[in-house]
Amino acid sequence: MPEGGGDPRVRKHSVTPMLIFGAVATAIGIWIVLAIHWFPTDASQQAKRIRILYDVLLIASVPIFVLVITVIGFSVWWFRMRPGEELVDGPPIHGNTRLEVIWTIAPAVLIVLLCSYAVSVLYANEANKKGALTVDVTARQWAFEFAYPQPGNKAVYSPFLYLPNGRPVVFKLRSLDVIHSFFVPQFSEKLDAVPGIVGTLRVTPTKRGTYPVECTELCGAGHAFMRSTTYVLSAAQFATWIKKQPVQARTANLLPPASVLPVAVPGIPSVLPGTSAAPASSSAAPASTSTAPASTSTSTSTSSSAASTGAAGTTPAAGKAIFTGVGTCASCHTLAAAGTTGVIGPDLTTRLASDCANPASQKIRGTTLKACIDKAITDPYAYLPTGYAKGIMPATFATTLGPTKIEALVNFLASVTK
Amino acid sequence: MTAIAEPVPKRTRVPLPAKLRAPGWYRAALFDVIGFAFGFALTCVIRIAMRQHPVVDPHAITIVCLITVPIFFLIGIGTCDYWFYWMFGGPTRPENHDQHGAHNWRDYFKVNTDHKVIGIQYVVTSFFFLLVGGMLAMLIRAQLAKPGMNFVTPEEYNGLFSVHATILIFLFVIPVFAGMANFVLPLMIGAPDMAFPRLNALSYWMLPAGGIMLLMSFLAPGGSFASGWTAYAPLSTTMPIGQLFFTLGIQFAGFSSIATALNFLVTIITMRAPGMSFFRLPLLVWANFSTSLLVVIATPFIAASQFMVLLDVALHFNFFNAFVGSHNNGNVLLYQNVFWFYSHPAVYIMILPGFGIISEVIAVKSRKPIFGYRMMAFSLLAIVVLGFTVWAHHMFVSGMPAWIRVPMMVTTCIIALPTGIKVFSWLATLWRGVIHLDTSMLFALGFLTTFSLGGISGIMLAMIPFDIHVSQTYFIVAHIHYVLYGGSLFTIFAGVYYWFPKMTGRMYDDRLGKLHFWSTFIFFNLTFGPMHIIGIEGMPRRVADYAQRFADWNLFISIMSWGLGLSTLFFIYNIVSSWRGGPRAAANPWRALTLEWQVSSPPPIFNFDTLPTVVGGPYEYGVPGAVHGIFKSPAEAKPAGTIATSPTPE
Repeated sequence: MPEGGGDPRVRKHSVTPMLIFGAVATAIGIWIVLAIHWFPTDASQQAKRIRILYDVLLIASVPIFVLVITVIGFSVWWFRMRPGEELVDGPPIHGNTRLEVIWTIAPAVLIVLLCSYAVSVLYANEANKKGALTVDVTARQWAFEFAYPQPGNKAVYSPFLYLPNGRPVVFKLRSLDVIHSFFVPQFSEKLDAVPGIVGTLRVTPTKRGTYPVECTELCGAGHAFMRSTTYVLSAAQFATWIKKQPVQARTANLLPPASVLPVAVPGIPSVLPGTSAAPASSSAAPASTSTAPASTSTSTSTSSSAASTGAAGTTPAAGKAIFTGVGTCASCHTLAAAGTTGVIGPDLTTRLASDCANPASQKIRGTTLKACIDKAITDPYAYLPTGYAKGIMPATFATTLGPTKIEALVNFLASVTK
Repeated sequence: MTAIAEPVPKRTRVPLPAKLRAPGWYRAALFDVIGFAFGFALTCVIRIAMRQHPVVDPHAITIVCLITVPIFFLIGIGTCDYWFYWMFGGPTRPENHDQHGAHNWRDYFKVNTDHKVIGIQYVVTSFFFLLVGGMLAMLIRAQLAKPGMNFVTPEEYNGLFSVHATILIFLFVIPVFAGMANFVLPLMIGAPDMAFPRLNALSYWMLPAGGIMLLMSFLAPGGSFASGWTAYAPLSTTMPIGQLFFTLGIQFAGFSSIATALNFLVTIITMRAPGMSFFRLPLLVWANFSTSLLVVIATPFIAASQFMVLLDVALHFNFFNAFVGSHNNGNVLLYQNVFWFYSHPAVYIMILPGFGIISEVIAVKSRKPIFGYRMMAFSLLAIVVLGFTVWAHHMFVSGMPAWIRVPMMVTTCIIALPTGIKVFSWLATLWRGVIHLDTSMLFALGFLTTFSLGGISGIMLAMIPFDIHVSQTYFIVAHIHYVLYGGSLFTIFAGVYYWFPKMTGRMYDDRLGKLHFWSTFIFFNLTFGPMHIIGIEGMPRRVADYAQRFADWNLFISIMSWGLGLSTLFFIYNIVSSWRGGPRAAANPWRALTLEWQVSSPPPIFNFDTLPTVVGGPYEYGVPGAVHGIFKSPAEAKPAGTIATSPTPE
């Protein structure tokens, strides 16, 4: 075995150039990572604290990474095998207790500091605040519904999230089927909506604006399209908005008892034309309202009167609102009459009539168009159109929507079937 | 010359041609048919007895046949013949080595009990699944190249990433490590084979069975399983039948994993050569010892989680149905706790053997002893213990009780300490060595870089408030690929290049290998680095479509990922052409001290003509006159060992 360790070249390097390089690289590295625009706009107190925490984490991380690449780089540069050294070995260094103690203790101290700081941020973010607004968030395949509890076991319902700026909000999260997750990137807060559990999430918005609501837990075929929108309004605007909304009786499953889109209030954003947050196929409201911007106020006034009386809840117009809104049909189905472009389920523009006319379908779903549509919504797998599989369309609409809304949907779909 | 000379007992009078009676592919095909018929009949009989209508229910038959067909395949291919002969009092010959060793390429397609053959079977099979999983990733990136793209439908997309992750975790990373250890580990400890060679063969053959089940799910009505590799209930319990291909395929991969781990444990504990004390074991052996402990303790938990899903789907047990009971309080979170109690240790199952490979490569290619050998071994054991205390850090936003998050954050941070000790020790091993910068060393150094980044983002993820922002976003995707691709896969490449001469008896092309490294390293960072940014910006993972503001980055990532995919071609070409016609390898081209390099390349059929005696540590590079093992009996070895045993690591 050739002699190692005695080679003079191997011994002559001091660590000073490495320290200098490391210090410079750390400074540049920290400057770069802090210059990168990482987060979306921060729009809550929680988000602000998390951004500062992240900056601290970055500053603590850069020296560690620089240490690794500096040692690798200089080792390769200085100690790389030169021609003629094919049979030379390095010095037999088996360890160094002091060094090993240092690189155990130093990271441990760093970790204690970081953990303490993270816990303080966590407690500040989740502190119970007085005067909080409670919002019930109900998630299901594949939509969110927001309910603002009102006195007398009533609530205001909306498929979009409206919040007053500056007031603490407590979200109560529920799911009606599988696990979903409620996330507004600008708030930096998220929580799973778990069936059987009521989750609590606290946010204090600090910036007016329009932000996306995303489902971040895989929840089936429509997961990528399970989106909604947050509008953070001024306190006065919010008060105006909620006053104009119909107050309805609370239902057991926290879905609105009748079909509604929120009542449009002048000066308050209600749709998001061309928003990046909501893909065209999922954002039902922009499609339905942008087609008839002039009629928005009238149509909403009918739907609000419909909601208050409960009588017109089964009209085709109400059905259309359900199709594009609370019913979440738009996520998966294309229907020209509703301006929707979902691609998961059958294209209702063309297939509704032909599938219902199919003898195999008529045997199971009945011969009339309305019976066929009703059965297709409430018991989707009784008859499966060719090319479509079991387990994709939720089989729970009979319970989640209830008979009134189903009837409205059936009336609407029957009216547009060609 | 074939290995199928098992004598058929005389009392059997089955009028079948010999090919169908002898173990092999013909009999396996026949047994598959029998297995299907058996499953079909069993289901119908039970449904008649239970008065279920209709009697012939395709759904029920599929479930039962997903269990019976693979089992009959394993029997048919011949993994259990010896045990059956023994059970039925047939003639068994303990000294029969017909199924041992490979004499031509066909022998690799038969049941074989030689750990070296099984090792190669494992590695080649896993790399096949790496290519399949990689192709799925290319399709995923095709869908994500532009927002609103309809390259595949959303549910097909969910299937793509689910199968991608499942295949690469359960059919590539975990078994490829088992395969490399299978080949190397008995040689390293001076054993003629594994402790249970027949169990070893059975472990191997479960893999293709499980893997083919996972892939066949694409043919199932309703598409493949599409609830992610995590298969969270109740989404997984309400999925089409394809989900059960996952539920049951995982059982086969898991059983294979457990059996191999037991085999390793017994082999390491009982079959070390004379003089091979635990603190003279190469760190690869320590790493696989630790990994095997994790596997035997943790893997039954994923089996349990999937059995509960199976019972929920097939027999309506309501384990995970939230809407039962007086308060609608089914245990939805039970699934996640049981699942992560396996799947967190599983990330160490997927990296500890890699740590072992890196220790071997860095010590040999730096020509220096591993820095702090004992701390390296102890930190492996520390990771094993701590690995069981951190599972709920995957559930910070799951809605579990809030207080549990803080202790889980603390344990998660503590587990970074032994990992950090290992990284720093590797760096100190490099320092002042004589660094041979060939392909395997490049991958080892690349691993140190990318794995450090993955470790740093791991510490960030442990910080609960930050985790709440980024969990279930592309930041997670970036992190997991930095530790599994930049971490595990880089160590796998390092190991394959390092042991390629030993496994095949041929040298690979180092120039092509370096090309492979640089293209992989650059495209890897360009693919997964930007995912950190779009993740923090709020792009959720597992989505078939995304908002316009992420479009530019996604197009860039897609293009880079195709480059990353293509870089694998260098590897495949290099390996295939070198295996066929590379220059013959010397017994010890790296001048390594560990025992596997002291025998010919490839090693003799029973590994050692003379059993070695170990007289010193495995990494005594630079120590004058140091020897690790000598081919003499312990009595003869004593005098010579006096010089070499002295420098024990401190």
